Amino acid sequence: MLEGYLRSDGRKGVRNVVLVAYLVECAHHVARRIVDRIDDPDVQLIGFPGCYPNAYAAKVMNAIATHPNVGGIVLVSLGCESFDREGLGEAVAASGRPVETLVIQEVGGTKATIAAGLAAVERVRAAAADAAAKVPMALDELVVATICGGSDGTSGITANPAVGRAFDRLVAAGATCIFEETGELVGCEGVMADRAVTPELGREIVACVEKAEQYYRVMGFGSFAPGNAEGGLTTQEEKSMGAYSKSGSSPISGIVKPGDRPPSGGLYLLDVVPDGEPRFGFPNISDNAEIVELIACGAHLTLFTTGRGSVVGSAIAPVIKVCANPETARRLADDMDVNAGRILEGAANLAEVGDEIFDRVIEVAAGRRTVSEELGHQEFILTYKAFDPIGPSCLPLSAGATR
Amino acid sequence: MTVPSLILLHEEDNVLVCVAGIAAGETIVIDGAALPAPEAVAVGHKVARRALGPGDKVLKYGAPIGSMTRPAELGAWVHMHNMKSDYIATHTRQTLSEDKH
Repeated sequence: MLEGYLRSDGRKGVRNVVLVAYLVECAHHVARRIVDRIDDPDVQLIGFPGCYPNAYAAKVMNAIATHPNVGGIVLVSLGCESFDREGLGEAVAASGRPVETLVIQEVGGTKATIAAGLAAVERVRAAAADAAAKVPMALDELVVATICGGSDGTSGITANPAVGRAFDRLVAAGATCIFEETGELVGCEGVMADRAVTPELGREIVACVEKAEQYYRVMGFGSFAPGNAEGGLTTQEEKSMGAYSKSGSSPISGIVKPGDRPPSGGLYLLDVVPDGEPRFGFPNISDNAEIVELIACGAHLTLFTTGRGSVVGSAIAPVIKVCANPETARRLADDMDVNAGRILEGAANLAEVGDEIFDRVIEVAAGRRTVSEELGHQEFILTYKAFDPIGPSCLPLSAGATR
Repeated sequence: MTVPSLILLHEEDNVLVCVAGIAAGETIVIDGAALPAPEAVAVGHKVARRALGPGDKVLKYGAPIGSMTRPAELGAWVHMHNMKSDYIATHTRQTLSEDKH
């Protein structure tokens, strides 16, 4: 049986981190110095760089600051940026978490704010530790996300289908699983729609992928990096077929957008592509932007498959890296949690690696540190986007339909 | 013989996936027939399971993943130099699309 940190909304966390959040790039240095001086792996830096307001960024920051893995937060504002620091601070306080806000222009500049920040983190950390009651946590309270990065021709035949097997077991046990990046599902929309729990949801899934294709066309690039080609992937649809297998074979219960929380256990698709005319650039400028969105949907941890060899982790929620390519698994051995490349060398089969991933999810949820956590990876990136709310057909089960 | 260097993902596929690096001239086996590899192929890359011509759909996982732009003989490497997406252009560090061909 797992144990989690009980929060006031009933959710449970698998970590108890304190965040230091800069609310504009101008406050980044001060916030980073505070985190560096504290030098505690559970005191982590996050932030939003923009000075202009953005409803999406506000929603994601709000969701992150009240994520079950978060015990408290210190907000660092320059003072003149448009981020609604009062609104965010009130939301965190209403969640029962300790929160302090430092405004550099009021505190008196860089040195004074770093000093004040160090003291604020000490208070928030102590309060978060005091409030951290560990209680039994069932598998159906766990939210697990998946993403692929640095894919190659092995990703779609080892690590991705192995994660799919683990997802099937997690969903069967009542957990919530989220997969994403509709731009990497171009070409799979038909088969994916057939797995939707209602025909209306199936049509939403197709529309979602068509939106992604249209958006990427305007950008001039697919969701495809040069390393993908060096690793043997030739086209977007080839990459998509491999990426799609991460989702496993469970029915698809719904579509969510960044910051939305799936209402119950099951498999969900996260639509990461903005709505409306393309405005702020690429849907996600790098893998960590997607991981942040998955965390904003409540993910406790993320399964990250890679063939070429990504090294990233994340702030807030642990990242378990599953390596698809046996050559990469040897070259970047210190950066990988699970070696799915063994499948190509006849040393394991898909079911065995799927079981290993499932077991690792439980262990990491129980407190085992992932390789990227041990190495100090705490990446976080949040930029501008625009979304409309999800449509009425996107969460059919919570709307009363039966499975 | 140890582990094969090429695997078939789906019965309908016309490409195989390389799972252990192949050197030019090395003996490879395609559908039971041994032949010398026409060129080197790296892990994760694709090899023609039969002779392919321009316009042919490339099938992997039993699904179309693009079309041939140039011919490929049996056992040849299939990649950006002889096939393209049917959806959206692929880019590399040197080129922004496949239209250099």
